Amino acid sequence: MEPFKSLTAVACPLPFANIDTDQIVPARFMSTPRSAGYGGFLFHDRRRGADGQPTGAFPLDKPERASAKIIVAKRNFGCGSSREAAVYALMDFGIRCAIAPSFGEIFGGNSLSNGLLNARVSERDADVLLAELEAGLLDLRVDLDAQSITGGKAPIPFEIDPAAKLRLINGWDDVQMTLSFKDQITAFQKRDAVERPWVKPV
Amino acid sequence: MIAPRTLFDKLWDAHVIVAQEHGDTLLWVDRHFVHEGSHHAFAKIGARGMPVARPDLTFGVADHYVPTRGRAGTAAIPDATVRGMVEKLEANTKRHGVRLFGLDDPAQGIVHVVGPERGLTLPGTLVVCGDSHTATHGALGAYSFGIGASEVAHVLATQTIWQRKPKNMRIRVDGRLAPGLTAKDMILAVIAEIGTDGAVGHAVEYAGAAVRALSIEGRLTLCNMSIEAGARTGMVAPDETTIAYLRGRPSVVSGAAFDRAAAEWLALAGDDGAQFDKDVSLDADKIAPTVTWGTSPEHALPVTAAVPDPAGIADVAKAAHVADAIAYMGLKAGQAISSIPIDRVFIGSCTNSRIEDLRAAAAVLAGRKAKVPGLVSPGSSQIKVQAEQEGLDRIFTAAGLEWAASGCSMCVGMNGDLVASGERCASTTNRNFKGRQGEGARTHLMSPAMVAAAAVAGTIADVRPMLEGRM
Ligand code: SF4
Repeated sequence: MEPFKSLTAVACPLPFANIDTDQIVPARFMSTPRSAGYGGFLFHDRRRGADGQPTGAFPLDKPERASAKIIVAKRNFGCGSSREAAVYALMDFGIRCAIAPSFGEIFGGNSLSNGLLNARVSERDADVLLAELEAGLLDLRVDLDAQSITGGKAPIPFEIDPAAKLRLINGWDDVQMTLSFKDQITAFQKRDAVERPWVKPV
Repeated sequence: MIAPRTLFDKLWDAHVIVAQEHGDTLLWVDRHFVHEGSHHAFAKIGARGMPVARPDLTFGVADHYVPTRGRAGTAAIPDATVRGMVEKLEANTKRHGVRLFGLDDPAQGIVHVVGPERGLTLPGTLVVCGDSHTATHGALGAYSFGIGASEVAHVLATQTIWQRKPKNMRIRVDGRLAPGLTAKDMILAVIAEIGTDGAVGHAVEYAGAAVRALSIEGRLTLCNMSIEAGARTGMVAPDETTIAYLRGRPSVVSGAAFDRAAAEWLALAGDDGAQFDKDVSLDADKIAPTVTWGTSPEHALPVTAAVPDPAGIADVAKAAHVADAIAYMGLKAGQAISSIPIDRVFIGSCTNSRIEDLRAAAAVLAGRKAKVPGLVSPGSSQIKVQAEQEGLDRIFTAAGLEWAASGCSMCVGMNGDLVASGERCASTTNRNFKGRQGEGARTHLMSPAMVAAAAVAGTIADVRPMLEGRM
């Protein structure tokens, strides 16, 4: 996984709460292999009108936001279905950082697995950022080490779990990380087989 | 003395392999369910040349894409994409020596129905699946949660998972549900109360007299929708109802070994004085038949209420959200919910497709005709057989509904069972998101009995009068 240190890029406001992963990528695209690319599925149905053509009204379709690598949304971003395809769609579109007051938890885990930074800001700060972006602000700088977002009128701090921060900054792969605890895993299995014999399926 | 622990604390502690200082904890996984959607994860371990670490603890279930009509083996699935997804699961499980509950297996069904039904899900176990409704299994006192594809690959490769410990939350429902009301009404009322992010960061334990009074089927419905309140997991402490449900199931130990296990399971209940970070309580006596009117599970109201008016909502963003939902759903502010005409009904999904659900719907439909078309898809092939033995299928078909095979079906529409754009569906499923049952589809969530009532009335309707003399 690519380490994430800092990022300066165009940010796009998505001034909606409870954006679920069904909206981020509709279920019917999920049989596609990842190698085919998921970027074109991002917010597929929200970006299109009844005739199936993009309306151009969705924030990501504004020409000045086309190269966005950062999105800012309201609370509970990525709630709902566990589909990691939602993260694939964001990443394949070019998004590397999502800023919101709260995130769906499975989405958070999926983001971490793929190196997509979820930056938690206060509800007030999210509203400030959204207002500035909607008023024309383009670029934001996100510094993971300092946990700060700059580019607007005032720097905005963000929160992230310390373990997630470590993994992102170092680009650690979780399977590698786990295999370094091989002995502990073996010991657990031995002990557990004695302590909980009923776990073994008959 | 050890501090008193909650049920969840005990489940967590029993699975810790490594606890790192910054909170990341490596947990042992007892049961891992995979389905057609797990193809990304199999591709990931394939790319690393890694085997499945514990095929004996991994179970495949064909449910998300399987056809529910005209089923005649995988090769006969007409849609190439759908067929490809089922074939991929068959090939991946075969290659790695994983037991598959495949298309033609008599034990096939929806993953969250099959796990408990086979006795694979046990109290005290840690259960994961690449599906957000995995919390369903918590009904048996398991610690169960949904994971993403990379995590599925990690579990396949190591039988472990990294987690941070969620906080403890208790949702108490005391009192008694009125006749005709179900766990579905209860959980919709809970979500309406706390919101779709009301339980984010928390492991929820459902407690209280009304929860205790639920059957395991009802508890499965309750825990199923925990994710719709943002919870990491939902669970009910094991009790005699749990033990009675598990005794004699195919994958569970028997005889003296079962009795020993049962004693351990009962001891999992939270200790007196255990602390919760968040406590919510509801009165079951105040819960009415509940339905959703909008595009989020928190848009739930008693059937006797009216569609909200955004003009009456002070919070501008919230008012806009409500207005947007009303527009998508094709409704009017202030419209009585019980007058909303529907186009079709769906009874099925891991929320409400168990035998008790089918019986409840049949109790309303017996001797009546549905005014709209609809589909009934039992949660497992075994439930299908049982329902047919009880004659429930004939009640559904006599009413004019279609009786189909088991799968996720119209809950998510991946197999082609879709609600047409602009159509309004009364559904026993768990998500009324925009486009969930198909592009442009409008979904109203409710209990199986309420869906049956809607079918008979042709509009959303209060089931209570229709049950008079029938319960
Ligand atoms: S029935 Fe619906 S919610 Fe349940 S596992 Fe299938 S798709 Fe998911």
